[in-house]
This record gives sequence, structure tokens and C-alpha cells, in this order.
Amino acid sequence: MQDIIEGKAWVFGDSVDTDNMYPGFAMKLSPEEAAKHVFYDLRPGWTDQVQPGDIVVAGRNFGIGSSRPVARLFQHLGVAALVAEEFNSLFLRNCVNFGLPVATIPGVTRLVGDEDEVRLNVHDAIIELPRTGGALAGAPLPEYVYDILAQGGLFAKLAADGYIPAGVRA
Amino acid sequence: MGMTMIEKILARSSGQDRVKVGDVVVCDVDMTVLIDLQFATTWMTPTRIADPERLAVVMDHAVPAPSVKDADGGVKARAFVEQFGVRRFFDVGRHGICHEVIAQNGLALPGQILTCTDSHTCAAGAYNTAARGLGPVEVYSVMCTGKTWFQIAPTYRYELTGEKPDVVSGKDIFLHIAGTWGDATNHNLEFGGDGLRSVPMNDRRTIATQGAEVSADFTTFPADELCTEFVKQHTDTEFEAADPDPDAIYADVRHIDLSSLEPYVARPGKVSDNAVPVSQIESRTVNQCFIGSCANGQIEDLQIAAEALRDRHVAPGVRLIVTPASQDVYREAAHRGYLATLADAGAIVTNSTCGACFGYHMGLVGAGEVCLTASTRNFTGRMGSPDAEIYMASPVTVAASAVAGRIVDPREVLV
Repeated sequence: MQDIIEGKAWVFGDSVDTDNMYPGFAMKLSPEEAAKHVFYDLRPGWTDQVQPGDIVVAGRNFGIGSSRPVARLFQHLGVAALVAEEFNSLFLRNCVNFGLPVATIPGVTRLVGDEDEVRLNVHDAIIELPRTGGALAGAPLPEYVYDILAQGGLFAKLAADGYIPAGVRA
Repeated sequence: MGMTMIEKILARSSGQDRVKVGDVVVCDVDMTVLIDLQFATTWMTPTRIADPERLAVVMDHAVPAPSVKDADGGVKARAFVEQFGVRRFFDVGRHGICHEVIAQNGLALPGQILTCTDSHTCAAGAYNTAARGLGPVEVYSVMCTGKTWFQIAPTYRYELTGEKPDVVSGKDIFLHIAGTWGDATNHNLEFGGDGLRSVPMNDRRTIATQGAEVSADFTTFPADELCTEFVKQHTDTEFEAADPDPDAIYADVRHIDLSSLEPYVARPGKVSDNAVPVSQIESRTVNQCFIGSCANGQIEDLQIAAEALRDRHVAPGVRLIVTPASQDVYREAAHRGYLATLADAGAIVTNSTCGACFGYHMGLVGAGEVCLTASTRNFTGRMGSPDAEIYMASPVTVAASAVAGRIVDPREVLV
């Protein structure tokens, strides 16, 4: 995993729930197809705008809701990391377990605007805005959790430990 | 300094004398539950698993299979339990929503740890179990290794006093909490107090289930006499309950006088800071009413619905869908005559499944419609069109509203 990520930010509000990102109807589709419906109601057309390497920024209580694997859809879109003022714990675990970098940084939605270029240090949970010179530090992940992320998620760890047959991926 | 209920369980399961807020602990998981969706989406056959006796597989979200993808998931699930000797397999016909199956089969024990893919796994907190949803990859990992990690979160303690009025249910208590205190993100909820004596196990499970809706980590109740009696009805396995220490440290202690509560309704979108007493809710005509899900498809919920609808009829223009939480609940409701009463009143009784609650394969709502639901979630688009409005209330409020054709105080209709 890359620890320093530079990319364009897309900023969302508070309490963005899982059904906003992975609606029930999309659960019938392949992950590639389902990924086209992320934020389908909140920001229609966004999946045509987002580019590989971009970073999604959200407010408080990001990802409240179900266990459906939203992280995998972001990965299909090429989203490089998620940053939020506060994460729902199930959503955060899902991201870490799929190997999608996350950082909790209170105040981030006041620092960063839509389509700002930002620089994120995942390990230290620091976001910088080169345009203004502004920066904010959040709460780093516990080392134990960061290590799961750094290994590329739990499937990678399980494969390394021999729980999954070599060469098989979901 | 003492520990809360959840700190006690996580300390014990991680082999430590004590834990404190912020600690990351690696715990032995006592029971893990896989659901049908897992097999239909992210499944790979593992090379080995930790222990087939600490694993259950439950078909619940999309049953009977509404698509070839889901049917293929069923094929994989059946092959997996056969290959690895998983005895606790609840296939279609002896299935149910996993949280009901967990409760009815003694898979959640006081003082133990239960993990499952589904976000409403916190339901088993009603039985003094440290239970939570983990998502498909992590539950797969627990299946393989028997372990996972938790970070100790601060706890809000709810101290209940007074006696719950009959018309008030667990749903109303929960909506009162969500409407009054809002989100509990990265916090645990712990319930206690003398008032619990008037809160039966089904209502406790509704409350624990919905802990996920205020974004809480774990929601737990004490293993009091009611709880212990319930668990012993469903299993002979020994357990060691976890009581909080008198000097446990809480982020906040919140008091609720149950005798002062009335029925509550949540407005569309979310429950936190968005639920009010029914006397304050706007009068809305309803198109669809739903009673079901892990939160409100229990036998007591069907009993309440049947009693409310006996000799009454669902209003013209309203669809009332009732979904038993498990095949066992379905059979019991059939034997007691509830299903006939509901059908006679114009309700549709479906097979047991998560169904209409998650807007996947049945009972969806269209643009411009208003739904009043006794289920788990009222998110925009949760039950179908994002242009539908989903209000949430208790089974009796939903049943009464289905009769009235608009959101009403059940005390006005059921006199």
C-alpha cells in the first residue's frame, strides 16, 4: 500500500449511509456494474466524473448502515482513499479489510473543497492542501489495524497464511 | 476502576485482567455466522477453517432464491457445509433471518462473543452477548482463524426506571433514544435499571438490533432473570454472564422513565435526531405498511399485528406486508391463527426473509409513495425508490395506521 496518496478530493456531507453508496438494486449486479451506482441519488453522474487516484472526503458518521462491501465498489472506481471527520466502525472495518486506505481527520470537510488537490499521509492521518498550505492531523489507525491495511487487506493476509488456495480471489 | 459489560467480555475473551477505552484487543470468537449473500458474492472455498462447531450458516437475505446469482450462492453454501462438516446449517425451509435463528437456537450466549456478516448482529446484545456485524471479508477471516480484533469504545449507559405502558414497545423506546440523544458513533450502548423488568426479551432484541441505526458498536443488556430464563429455554450450554462493575466508567449515563413514554415515529432518512412522539407527527397518507425484519418479525410482533387487525380491515389503497422472522415464527403464527387473521384483514403474509426491509427482491416502494415500516432502516432508497418516503414505527402503530390509511396514534384506532 502507498502511504502517501496525492489526488483530487470529492467532498460529501454527514451521515452518508451505505444505501447511498451500494443501493439494494445494485446488489444484483456484478461489482463492476454496481460501482456505476455509487452516490446514485446523492450526486447523480459522479461515477462518470471520478478518476482513478481520487480521494473521497466525507463528514461525520460516514458509512452508517449495512455490511455490504462498499469498499470494493470504490476500488473498482479507482478511488485511492477515504477520509472522513468520523467513520461508522463497521464501514471502517470493511474498508481496512478490503485494503482501501482510510483516515479519520476531524475538520477535514472545512479544510478541503470539491476538486481540491490534496496530499494524504495514511499512516499519520495527515491531510495537506498544497493550494493554500493548509494541513490537518487526525487520529491515526491503531498499529494493529494499520498493519492489516498495509498488507493489502484480510484476503491478502489469509492467502499469505495459507487459508485461501493460491491464485484464487473473490 | 471497574469495567462496563462490554469491557468485561472483551477482557475475558482476549485473556486479560482488564481493558480500557482505546485498547485494541484480539479475541477468541465463540460463534460466527455466515449468511447467504456471502456465498453469492465474495465466496472462495477456504483450505481450512478454525472450528466447524463454532460456525453456523443461515440462508436469510434472499430466499427462496430470486435470481440465478442467489441460487448459485445456495449451491456453494450447501457444498461448503457438507465439505467442512458444519452441523448448524439453516437451509431454506428451516431458515430464518439470522438474528432470529441465532436467538432461537442458543447461538448467542451471555458473556460470549458472536460475529456475523450482517450489520444487525448487535441484536444478540439482548442476551448479554458481545455481538456485532463485521462485513463479509472479516467474518470469512474469523471463520478461518477463530479470532478478530476490537478497539474498546466508550459506553453510554441507559438507566431505565418505571413501568413500560402496554402500547409502548421496544421500537418506541429505541426511537425515543435516537430522537433524544442522536448518534452514538464509535460508542457502545449498555442498558440496565429496574425498569428492565417491564421490557420483555422481544423488545430488548428490537432495541439491541437497532443499536446499529445510531451507529453504535455493541449494544448489551444484562443477563437478568428474564434473559437467563430465555437463554436456558433454547440451549443447555453453560455460560458465564458479564455484569458491569458498580464503578465502571461511562461516557454518559442517561435516564429514561419508561412510564412517561408514548408511541414514537421516525421521519424518513434516518432515526437519529429524527424521531418524535406520535402526537407530534404530521398526518401522512400511507401506501405501504411493513411489519417484519430481524427487529420486528418476532412472534410477539405478529401477535400484536394480528390482535390489532382482528375484525378490522386494511384501508383501501394500502398494502400491508407482514414477514415472519423465521420459518419457526411462521409455523407458530400459523398454528396460533395469526396468519389467517392477518390475511382476512387484507394483509399479505410472506415467507420468512429479510425481504422488504432491504429493498432487494420483494415489497419495494415506488416514486412518490409513503411507507410506514416496523423494520430496521428508513434510509432514503432503502426499500425501493429514492423518491419514496419511509417512516418508521412500532408494529402496533404500523398495524393501526394500515387500518386508518394514514399515520395514526394506535390508541385512537384500537379502542
